[in-house]
Amino acid sequence: MTRRSALPGFGPALTITLVWVSLIVLLPLTSLALRPWELGLMGVWHSITEPRVLAALRLSFGAAALAAVVNVPFGLLVAWVMVRYRFPGRRLADSLIDMPLALPTAVAGIALTALFAPKGWIGAWLLPLGIKVAYTPVGIMVALVFVGLPFVVRTLEPVLMDLPLEAEEAAATLGATRSQTLRKVVIPALAPALLAGFAAALARGVGEYGSVIFIAGNMPMLSEIAPLLIVIRLEQLDYAGAAALGLVMLLVSFSILLLLNLLQKRMGVKIR
Amino acid sequence: MRYARLTRRAALGGMLGTLAATRPAIAADVTLLNVSYDPTRELYRAINRAFAEDWQAKAGQRVTVNQSHGGSGAQARAVLDGLQADVVTLALAADIDALARRGLIAADWQRRLPNNATPFTSTIVLLVRKGNPQGIHDWPDLLKPGVAVITPNPKTSGGARWNFLAALGWAQKQPNATAATAEAFLRDLFHQVPVLDTGARGATNSFAQRELGDVLIAWENDAWLARKEFGAEAFEIVYPSLSILAEPPVAVVDSVVDKRGSRDVAQAYLEFLYTPKAQDIAAQNYYRPRDPAVATRYAERYPELKLVTIQDFGGWETAQAAYFADGGLFDRIYTPGK
Repeated sequence: MTRRSALPGFGPALTITLVWVSLIVLLPLTSLALRPWELGLMGVWHSITEPRVLAALRLSFGAAALAAVVNVPFGLLVAWVMVRYRFPGRRLADSLIDMPLALPTAVAGIALTALFAPKGWIGAWLLPLGIKVAYTPVGIMVALVFVGLPFVVRTLEPVLMDLPLEAEEAAATLGATRSQTLRKVVIPALAPALLAGFAAALARGVGEYGSVIFIAGNMPMLSEIAPLLIVIRLEQLDYAGAAALGLVMLLVSFSILLLLNLLQKRMGVKIR
Repeated sequence: MRYARLTRRAALGGMLGTLAATRPAIAADVTLLNVSYDPTRELYRAINRAFAEDWQAKAGQRVTVNQSHGGSGAQARAVLDGLQADVVTLALAADIDALARRGLIAADWQRRLPNNATPFTSTIVLLVRKGNPQGIHDWPDLLKPGVAVITPNPKTSGGARWNFLAALGWAQKQPNATAATAEAFLRDLFHQVPVLDTGARGATNSFAQRELGDVLIAWENDAWLARKEFGAEAFEIVYPSLSILAEPPVAVVDSVVDKRGSRDVAQAYLEFLYTPKAQDIAAQNYYRPRDPAVATRYAERYPELKLVTIQDFGGWETAQAAYFADGGLFDRIYTPGK
């Protein structure tokens, strides 16, 4: 008790933190975790291993992962341009990046659907090429790329800003080619941040409902996302079944995020 | 601009929980909340206005009826979760039964008002594009190769359940029909469906506005409304050889009116729906009136149809379990390898 932290206010700060986290995060999650068991262990198992549920889970996690994979290189490019270059309209472009965060997701979904529907501006062009976006799993990915982009960009920007130009210059003076500089100097320094951006975009995509629902087509086994299945169960007044599915999504997401977090740590640099 | 109107309605109404107060409360002495299903917005807006006048004259009290709209099942769940609805006017009896089972409404609710507590009815029709390019005249035409059929998800939409049962009713009434042939017909039918919207209005939007699909299976009233909104030249209504008598019922929510002390006016509101005035409004909004005099006046708009009823499927409880519950016929359609 005699040793005190150099920082003042540790006690009250930690108390408030614990109470707040319990209230805002832990309590709702606990109530979710307790809800499904009225079905019994076997009942819960059955309700989460139906082929339709498994297909929805595969789709939700698969599409979110793919969208995050797409977002990482393009998000890196966008962040790079924003941090490294000065050009007219940069501030405007910078605000545009945040739009997917600010826009109600339903609005985004309706706009994307109108664009990619067979009679939409883009959809009409893609149709003769045999590419269908709206009402297919591809459409889901498009929506998730849209909502995920700011997460990657905003995770990378501060790290890029801290990355000293001098390191790149030093590499150049030491005779490194452009691609060597990128591969050996820039990317390794960014790797943890890239991973963090990937994780944020993935997490966002897995839970996304509003924008996806309009563009997905919502066909069972094909383009039905897990969050929709949860809503469907709720509307059938199957609260326990909905909670079971929610719990599965929670556990899978948590495991993935935990894994990515560990991976990040292994890479040495801890991201704030 | 009429395009924009439907979109906005779909966006606000369909998705965002949909608590739309139709009028600001101007020193209202009493308010009612009517929790209804998706395509009744226009209907109840007109009826609420008429009822307010009627009640003012009769009881000398100002009444404001607020409306809430959404998928029928979602609306029932909202009431179950505590939405203070004085009356519910939902797409099918099963959703009100769910409230009755949990004690919010007396079990005999369907006998408290005439005609199974259904003041007006509708039916299920086929809406096709101008000139009927695919030559759709009856249910089997929907299975023609290349015909895309738009209908919402029966798990979430009450209207979609009527659609499903109408098609099933036709399949069951065919010569030599068995349970297997009927199921096969439904399976083939849903293989022609490229997108399952969550509500009837959403499906109408997909068809009318995004120009998706060749046929929309729809409420008769929504089909007429689409013609009104998008121009009568855009679509044609096809009456199949057999359809279903769709009965969207109404009920006072006992637990709410007893708490709020609004039983009298809520009851009067539902009884008002049976008056010639409200029946006329219903007919104008493309619902089939129960009142014979009003029905005669609008006879040319509503052709006689061969109709099955929910009783032909053993009532809602049986139909729900057999077709729409988990593992029911609708689920089997999408289960691979069966």
